[in-house]
Amino acid sequence: MRESTIMKIHYGTALAAIALVAVHILMRLTTNFADSLEYENVLANYKFLPYALMLELILILLSIHGFNGLRVILLELKQGRMYEKAVSYGCVAAMFGLIAYGSRTIIMTNMGMT
Amino acid sequence: MAQVSIEDQSGETTLITLRIARYNPQKDDSKSFMEFEVPAQKWTTVLEAILDVKKNFDHSVAVRYSCRQATCGSCGMIINGKPRLACFTKISELNSNVVTVEPMNNFPIIRDLAVKFERLFDTHHKIKPFLIRDDTELETDAKEFLQSPEELEQYIQFANCIKCGLCNSACPTMAMDSSFVGPQALAQAYRYVADSRDKGKNSRLKIIDDSHGIWRCHFAGSCSQVCPKGVDPAMGIQFLRGYLLGFRS
Ligand code: HEM
Ligand code: SF4
Ligand code: FES
Repeated sequence: MRESTIMKIHYGTALAAIALVAVHILMRLTTNFADSLEYENVLANYKFLPYALMLELILILLSIHGFNGLRVILLELKQGRMYEKAVSYGCVAAMFGLIAYGSRTIIMTNMGMT
Repeated sequence: MAQVSIEDQSGETTLITLRIARYNPQKDDSKSFMEFEVPAQKWTTVLEAILDVKKNFDHSVAVRYSCRQATCGSCGMIINGKPRLACFTKISELNSNVVTVEPMNNFPIIRDLAVKFERLFDTHHKIKPFLIRDDTELETDAKEFLQSPEELEQYIQFANCIKCGLCNSACPTMAMDSSFVGPQALAQAYRYVADSRDKGKNSRLKIIDDSHGIWRCHFAGSCSQVCPKGVDPAMGIQFLRGYLLGFRS
């Protein structure tokens, strides 16, 4: 992929994350902090489909943004053909890994498999 | 109106301590400093003080210079911690009796204050620093490519670059990323992309749109702070980014 395409995605995911994380924080303000971490309340969040979908979206956006950011840091840390290839593929793999693991939690909880 | 007497103009001579970094990569393990007491007047430049040391104390100090008037771009060095041109920096403006000169950062040292410019010349060459178009002004009967003052204004500031490398020396990404194209070359890429006579925009943008290209600039802005010619490479880089993000065409 062109570097400019990657960076458009990087900036785009950051902007979208600002909006969604703002909603996420506002939702948290509906109850006080201690209550929001109660077992039943946490489960209720995941069972409320629109909210669960939003959490999934934040997971995807920030995984893309975060792992691309990590790729950038690592590319600047050290140079070399093999190293740079390993960094790029490694970051994409880690990104899919994290999205898969997070999605598994969201989907299982949403379906009541707790 | 302020009266300026002859004494004021001639200025007093003060003795300052000039600390010169000495390093020969073929012999020395690390950089050391030699100190010299040199006379300085109001207008004495750091380069003049270094040449004074060469003439009167130690001829072996390695320093590169030529024009002595901020035009050739040879005498870049770190002066009291900041990348500057030695011929364009007066000792009096440093407000210190101790002046420390070191070779530029992010350049391999040849000896003492002289550094290798290969990387700068390579990256400068890479962005194609010439007008790209099929026709030429050089054919007989061909007219020169005309430009309006407004078109000239788009890039003329960036054409003032003297390739001194101070911006590359100040850039934090240059310090880490050995493949980074650097602020000097990026500013020159903008200089040609913004030139109405040039037709090579797409090929140039392609060259800098690389994993070690323009996107590795993280807006530190130190390049523009140290540029002695007011080029403002950081601004050129943001303008270039505009083309790649679709804000400019
Ligand atoms: C929603 C708020 C966020 C915004 C607006 C944002 C914005 C940005 C921007 C503009 C860059 C590019 C900076 C540059 O090129 O110099 C960047 C880089 C980066 N971001 Fe974010 N980001 C946000 C959240 C996050 C989060 C939550 C993470 C961690 C998962 C993260 C990880 C990174 C990393 C590792 C980099 C690379 C470091 C760098 O280039 O300086 N960001 N971010
Ligand atoms: S942009 Fe300025 S600091 Fe950089 S090489 Fe050109 S003149 Fe020197
Ligand atoms: S000697 Fe030419 S720029 Fe300083």
